[in-house]
Amino acid sequence: MTAPATPHASTTARPGKGRVNMPVTLALVVCAIAVLVPLYVTVSMALKTTSQSVDGNAFSLPAPFTLDGLVEAWRLTNFPRGFAVSLFVTAIAVVGTIVLSSVASYAISRNWDRRFFRWSFFYLLGAMFLPFPVLALSQVKLTGMAGLDNPLGVAILHTMFQLSFSTLLYTAFLRSIPDEIEESARIDGATTWQVFWRLVFPLLAPMSATVGIFAFLASWNDFMMPSLITSDPAQQTLPVLQSIFQTQFSNNYNIAFASYLMAMAPAIVVYLFTQRWVMAGVTQGAVK
Amino acid sequence: MAIPAATLAANRTGAASRTSQPGHRPTGRRRVDLTYYVFLVPSLVLFTLAITVPAVMGVIYSFTDSIGFGDTRFIGLTNYIALFSDPAIFDAYLFTIGFALVTVLVVNVIAFLFAIGLTSMIRAKVALRTVFVLPMVVSGIIIAYVFNYLFSNSLPQFASAVGLGPLEESILANPDLAWTAIVVVTAWQAIPSTMLIYIAGIVSIPGEVYEAASLDGASAWRRLRAVTLPLLYGYVLINIVIGFKNFLNAYDIIVGLTDGGPGTATRSVAMTIFSGFTGGDYAYQMANATVFFLIALALALVQLRLTRGKVAVR
Repeated sequence: MTAPATPHASTTARPGKGRVNMPVTLALVVCAIAVLVPLYVTVSMALKTTSQSVDGNAFSLPAPFTLDGLVEAWRLTNFPRGFAVSLFVTAIAVVGTIVLSSVASYAISRNWDRRFFRWSFFYLLGAMFLPFPVLALSQVKLTGMAGLDNPLGVAILHTMFQLSFSTLLYTAFLRSIPDEIEESARIDGATTWQVFWRLVFPLLAPMSATVGIFAFLASWNDFMMPSLITSDPAQQTLPVLQSIFQTQFSNNYNIAFASYLMAMAPAIVVYLFTQRWVMAGVTQGAVK
Repeated sequence: MAIPAATLAANRTGAASRTSQPGHRPTGRRRVDLTYYVFLVPSLVLFTLAITVPAVMGVIYSFTDSIGFGDTRFIGLTNYIALFSDPAIFDAYLFTIGFALVTVLVVNVIAFLFAIGLTSMIRAKVALRTVFVLPMVVSGIIIAYVFNYLFSNSLPQFASAVGLGPLEESILANPDLAWTAIVVVTAWQAIPSTMLIYIAGIVSIPGEVYEAASLDGASAWRRLRAVTLPLLYGYVLINIVIGFKNFLNAYDIIVGLTDGGPGTATRSVAMTIFSGFTGGDYAYQMANATVFFLIALALALVQLRLTRGKVAVR
């Protein structure tokens, strides 16, 4: 385990002896601008008129500036409905992942000496090696048969695909919580159920934040699963809905980009407020 | 800041992994509280239904002549034999593996340089890192649509303005160049997580090592080559294996850019598998998926080996 795998540990810098390295700073600023170009293009295109957006120059500023694209995209994609479906799928996936994997991890880590629990851990971890394309054909068939070829089915599958990673994070964290706290609660007569929900689950909060944000990003941004599982186009999530601009409305670039902007904005906003957990999650997942 | 990792690290050293130590509790034949089963069994059941059953079903179907419905009979290894002599499948594997190799290289070189930059003495460190990680949280299909516009409209416009011959037409319509666009967009999105893993590696190198190297008169370049790189060897391996595994599943970004075209020049393995829904070769693509799984599994085992039995994801 590489201990201080935290984003902010990097603030304690390398050699240099306190001098700011201006050339490196400038090079990084240039790279950062390059990274931002596609996002700048999305915003500026979304605010252009249709006639300006077809001129092929993506980098110009909107002139005149208009909200027509956003209004039209809202109407054309039935944004409130797409947003509601995406929110429904994502909310179930986030809550489902946090609840199922935290309780399962607790059961596993407190009964590690039992073969059943130990093997369950490795069983659940196995899905990390099963990419969705491998399972897709059968999953589509089965969800259809079970009447789950809808957003609920997508949400359940999202939860199941997050389970491995989340269980891995929770069990690692649970091992670090000292026994004594739980023991004293038990002596006071608390049941396992109470010990977990009143004592352990609150302690897991930072890990739940990481697990929840990863479940959110995976679910909100996913295209493959909803596009294959959900049969009714009227129940599609936001990323899948964007395909109408490739087929039907392919010349209304300002409307298309306005729609892209509205679909990606929630994830960006969530990221800006929770970036410490996003960054911590990547390193914890990979560097154990 | 960075509560999870910090707490984790701090507590780890104190309370160690007691649960993995046999005989830690006065266990004996202690009865397991039923609540623990209530906690674990729902996950196991759902997981079995959603993951295990489809996996087993897929393997069984791969030995049949099913077209997705109607009569089905077992035909042994016929699908697998056909698979290995199918040029369309071969091309898809060739493209996917080649694409994954190039992308791994591009992503790791750039991510490593960014990580070095972001851990040196720079200004606006927090803001820069926020920007560099941003692509990770954007939907792949949507950003592919955005890049699609840039590649098919803005880049040709720019190329004709400055007179860059071959780029004056959309590279997405060029069978020989379309893959480069897919590499660019995939890299744009995959660099952040790779970079964060390198940053974690770099900050784990004790500062004294660098001070010693500096005292010995090592230049910055020499410190990078003789100190940083060797010490990050494990991180490089992890990033290569994780990246390669992820890029083999390429789908969203290709759909948004070329949809496998022009022709079938950029068709990935995942796209051929999904064609089993419409092409009437359901069982055949199940066999394809099974072969694909075996490749993923082999890579996973390599990954487990590299991380010395400890599991790594993403």
